[in-house]
Amino acid sequence: MQIYLPIAEVSVNAFLLLGLGGIVGVLSGMFGVGGGFLMTPLLFFIGIPPAVAVATEANQIVASSFSGVLAHLKRKTVDLKMGTVLLIGGLAGAALGVVIFNYLKAQGQVDLLVKLCYVVFLGIIGSLMFVESLRAIRNTKSGKPPPRKKHNWIHGLPFKMRFRVSGLYISVIPPLIVGVCVGILAAIMGVGGGFIMVPAMIYLLGMPTKVVVGTSLFQIIFVTGFTTLLHATTNFTVDIVLAVLLLVGGVIGAQIGTRIGVKLKAEQLRILLAIMVLVVCGKLALDLLLMPSELYSIGATEGH
Amino acid sequence: MVRQIFAFLTFVSLSLATLAVADEAVVLGLSKDRVSITTNFDGSEILIFGAIKREDPIPSGDPLQVIVTVAGPSTPITVRRKEKRLGIWVNTDAVEVDQAPSFYAVHSSGPLNEVLKNVEDLRHKISVPRAIRSVGAPSHIADSMSFTEALIRIRKGSEIYQLNENSVVVEEQTLFRTSVRLPAALTEGDYRTRIFLTRGGTVVGQYETTIDVEKVGLERWLYELSRQQPLIYGLMSLAIAIAAGWGASAAFRLLRLS
Repeated sequence: MQIYLPIAEVSVNAFLLLGLGGIVGVLSGMFGVGGGFLMTPLLFFIGIPPAVAVATEANQIVASSFSGVLAHLKRKTVDLKMGTVLLIGGLAGAALGVVIFNYLKAQGQVDLLVKLCYVVFLGIIGSLMFVESLRAIRNTKSGKPPPRKKHNWIHGLPFKMRFRVSGLYISVIPPLIVGVCVGILAAIMGVGGGFIMVPAMIYLLGMPTKVVVGTSLFQIIFVTGFTTLLHATTNFTVDIVLAVLLLVGGVIGAQIGTRIGVKLKAEQLRILLAIMVLVVCGKLALDLLLMPSELYSIGATEGH
Repeated sequence: MVRQIFAFLTFVSLSLATLAVADEAVVLGLSKDRVSITTNFDGSEILIFGAIKREDPIPSGDPLQVIVTVAGPSTPITVRRKEKRLGIWVNTDAVEVDQAPSFYAVHSSGPLNEVLKNVEDLRHKISVPRAIRSVGAPSHIADSMSFTEALIRIRKGSEIYQLNENSVVVEEQTLFRTSVRLPAALTEGDYRTRIFLTRGGTVVGQYETTIDVEKVGLERWLYELSRQQPLIYGLMSLAIAIAAGWGASAAFRLLRLS
């Protein structure tokens, strides 16, 4: 069934969009990532104009994250206090990121920068997580106890706060910095930032994996909601018909994903996310390295 | 002064030429002069047909040929080319094309280079490359033509630009018909439709009309809202997203309880 999208001005198959939304929704619920880093390239591929894809994707992430958070709230696996601290940093970072983005756009080559950002960050995070999870799985198999959390320099910082749900007593400075960094990257790369936030919470803040997913989804709702409004009012690129089709698939997928995620062990969850991140990274890297079949591309001329 | 006289003479001779050929005029019919983009819009087919009205008998000599063009609204676009730099493929050169139609179809009753002389193409901008207006590339790009060629190649590939030779049926040098396929990815606007009559490659008559392409119903409403009340539109999008997220969560809870 073909549907004409009023803002994107293209006609696409409705079931294809529902399916894409569903698959990305399952991943979103499982890993606590918004799924934007998967969905946005997929939308480009089926012919949605990039500006509309990025803006509409933000709106869809709001829906699947909200659906996911409700499931996590029931299980009490959301650290609202930590989420709020991250969110404060995140919003500040997002605002800063938009400024950086516009500056780079004026310099040209912003597409390349976004792709390089993806390859570098996905590559680093993916390989680190992969290696670490493999080690963890091997340790559990051989019966060794997991290494105790080390006391490092992070625990020496001032403004300590107790995060009861995460079982942490740490300074608010590291979460704030993580929030700002993720916010900047999210604005530049046009995604919720979950795939950076989740590893940062696990490895930098030392939060338990089960709490990480819900907390990440919680703050993604606000960051992407903010982005949606920004896009809708400045670029007019949010396509509500596209968003509805994606999010109907997405919210159902997120519910299924959350249930799958609960059944899996933390190490398995992490290794799956690592593999997925590495696959996307590899695909993007190939695009940059291999000679494209069409050297020319058509873009709208920016208003002067 | 000499130039002005020359220009005036050219103008007079051109006017005389059009007067002389005006004895063959087009009477046109369209299967529809308005295309409505609805939610389930999946492209459209327009039948363009007509007759040649003349006071005198059919002139002897070269047979009458018909060319039909349909052009969507034009916008400026940028064509970029990738080059390998430091091992990766990046956009380097860019050429701005001042006016490129968002849709362009040429239908003719014979091979275009036979039914239309080059000089006539230049004057009326009929063929696909002529319909694109490019004022010039930056001086450091030597092969600016290859950018325009790439634009045509890419858009022909997605059927946004079409050249359909031998697709206009002409009967008895009097009746003609063709059907133009509009793709699903259509933008709004006035689609300029031109009919050219040629004999021996020279244009002997022409006619112009517009096909109105516009969004209707829900499509129209959402589009207007997003442009005129962007904040309300954005909040509505968010509200729908939150409601859908909550709805799915509630539905699954019910499913699990039952």
